[in-house]
Amino acid sequence: MAVGRNAMQARQRANFILFLGPAIVLLFLFFIAPVVVDIAIAFTDMGPTLRVTEFTTANFERFLSGDRRLAQVAVTTLLYVLGTLAIFNVTYGLLLAIMTTSINDRAGSFFRAIWLLPRMSPSVVYALLWAWVIDPTEFGLLNQVTHGVMGLPLIDLMNDTPVLLIIILNGFIGASMGMIIFTSAIRAIPEHLYHAARVDGASGWQVVRHVTLPSLRWPLSFITVYQALSLLVSFEYIWLVTNGGPFYDTTVYALYVYKRAFENGQYAYGAAMALVLVAIGIAAALSMWRFLDMKSLLQPPRIEVH
Amino acid sequence: MARIELEQVSKSWGDVVAVEPTDLVIEDGEFVAVLGPSGCGKSTTLFMLAGIYAPSGGSLRFDGQVVNEVEARDRNVGIVFQSYALYPHMTVHDNILFPLRLSKMPRSEAMAKVERFAALVHVDELLDRRPAQLSGGQQQRVALARALVKEPKLLLLDEPLSNLDATLRLTMRTEIKSLQRRMGITSILVTHDQMEATTIADRIICMSKGRIEQIGSPDDLYLRPNSLFVASFIGAPPINLVEGEAENGALYVSETRLPFLNGGAMGQVTLGIRPENISFAEDGLAGTVAAVEPMGRETLYILRTPIGHFSVLQTSSTKRYEVDASVNLQFAAEDTLLFDRASQKRLDGVQVHLP
Repeated sequence: MAVGRNAMQARQRANFILFLGPAIVLLFLFFIAPVVVDIAIAFTDMGPTLRVTEFTTANFERFLSGDRRLAQVAVTTLLYVLGTLAIFNVTYGLLLAIMTTSINDRAGSFFRAIWLLPRMSPSVVYALLWAWVIDPTEFGLLNQVTHGVMGLPLIDLMNDTPVLLIIILNGFIGASMGMIIFTSAIRAIPEHLYHAARVDGASGWQVVRHVTLPSLRWPLSFITVYQALSLLVSFEYIWLVTNGGPFYDTTVYALYVYKRAFENGQYAYGAAMALVLVAIGIAAALSMWRFLDMKSLLQPPRIEVH
Repeated sequence: MARIELEQVSKSWGDVVAVEPTDLVIEDGEFVAVLGPSGCGKSTTLFMLAGIYAPSGGSLRFDGQVVNEVEARDRNVGIVFQSYALYPHMTVHDNILFPLRLSKMPRSEAMAKVERFAALVHVDELLDRRPAQLSGGQQQRVALARALVKEPKLLLLDEPLSNLDATLRLTMRTEIKSLQRRMGITSILVTHDQMEATTIADRIICMSKGRIEQIGSPDDLYLRPNSLFVASFIGAPPINLVEGEAENGALYVSETRLPFLNGGAMGQVTLGIRPENISFAEDGLAGTVAAVEPMGRETLYILRTPIGHFSVLQTSSTKRYEVDASVNLQFAAEDTLLFDRASQKRLDGVQVHLP
């Protein structure tokens, strides 16, 4: 019997390594190790030559008082994150979900599929399309319509409204995530509730206001938290389309870190700023966890089904 | 209060016909039950009355006014769903207030009404609770208050009692009936439970496969069913049905001859006798006891006879028969129901008796 138990324990250990081992290795390699390396580099003077000559806190001193560009970057980042969330990822995603679930199923799926396309296309292709759309000459797609067909003056989105441009750029992709989550949440609302509201005297808008929206409280919290965090660290589309310009007008924090580190070779300073971003991310996640009551969100479903 | 008229009202989705063209009049203040198995079109009919579904054809009138195109919110009907459909994020108070809030009733008046109707259905102690904190019976009362609070012309009840336990169902049945009497609202109850229909309603509309099979009082449906469907759907334990051939003034079931008492018929005929109308006797149709099911006040016997199996309901106080006992059966000619198998209709005035 004792042998049997030992064998069982050994097998359990083997299973543990077999099933969880790969995930743990990946987690360590790509999530924990980089943070450790980042912390280490943040306290050095690593420059373009990659040589470390001393351990110092100079990077953080520079971050707190010496970097004149930072204030502008912070404001841009705030506008970008809040704007994208407020206009696209939450509001427009919600609008898409409500509209595509209130028309017939086939048309609804069709429109949702269209809005998923930007997310599915390769980033570089998507960025190239945008570069063509916003081209300030009469050959840009937008200008072909507004200038060529409607006769308006040439539009130069990149120079006139750069922050709005990066909001739209990311929002077209971001909206689909909320759309999918909200759609499935709306589908989970018992149909009788809609019928009851109709009979109780609610108009179409009142049904949305009093039945649909209250049931979406949890998905709304989730999308807000999740998308805020992912917007905070993403910069690939901005980098591809505007490269942070004109001048520094669309340089969000994550892009600024990238530029300092990899374009200017200030690896140590970049690492220090990335560390701040990690700290901000953790702080934001924790406070949203608290204020939006994420804990109850991650517990069993809150939509009541009778 | 309203008089409801359906004239050739039908509903179909594509090729699927849910309700065939139907004529029906429900008088002002009447309480009717729509009874039928699931999928017979009874809920669809109710939803057409509520304005949730638009009829595919015919005209639907409230007090003489055609309401086919009138939206649910403008019809002034109240509805209680099987699932109660209370708004989960609102308190009991807000649930009951909801219809009044949408009708823009002055706040003080609306508040007073909520109090009054909550008291009427005995949920005035629960006004601050949410639906999830209520028992099934309490949710049901709240749903009823919400349906009644705007004093609708028509109250629709879609299987309102089927999610309740047996005792509570009995209480709610009585309460719904007395509330309806007191308020005098024209009410329609949809149910698959014949007990519920017969105890609560003045009139029963029996539906099957999208068609009305019979309209009548509970007694009409039980004693004088128009069709085989009504005869077999109503009554528990179900009616005994025996298929035979009618010729030469008698019904032949295999070798057994059952003469027609009055009238007569030809062709394929089904004989129906309710289990409680069969009794044990000294002579008559010979059979053996196949099973005994004591049900408390009554005992159900399953008997094997030359013309098939019969269930017989006897008061438990009479003599007990054991399994395999030999017995003789008697039934009175006036308790026999005969149906034409081709048309499924009852043959009026035709009866058979044991030779």
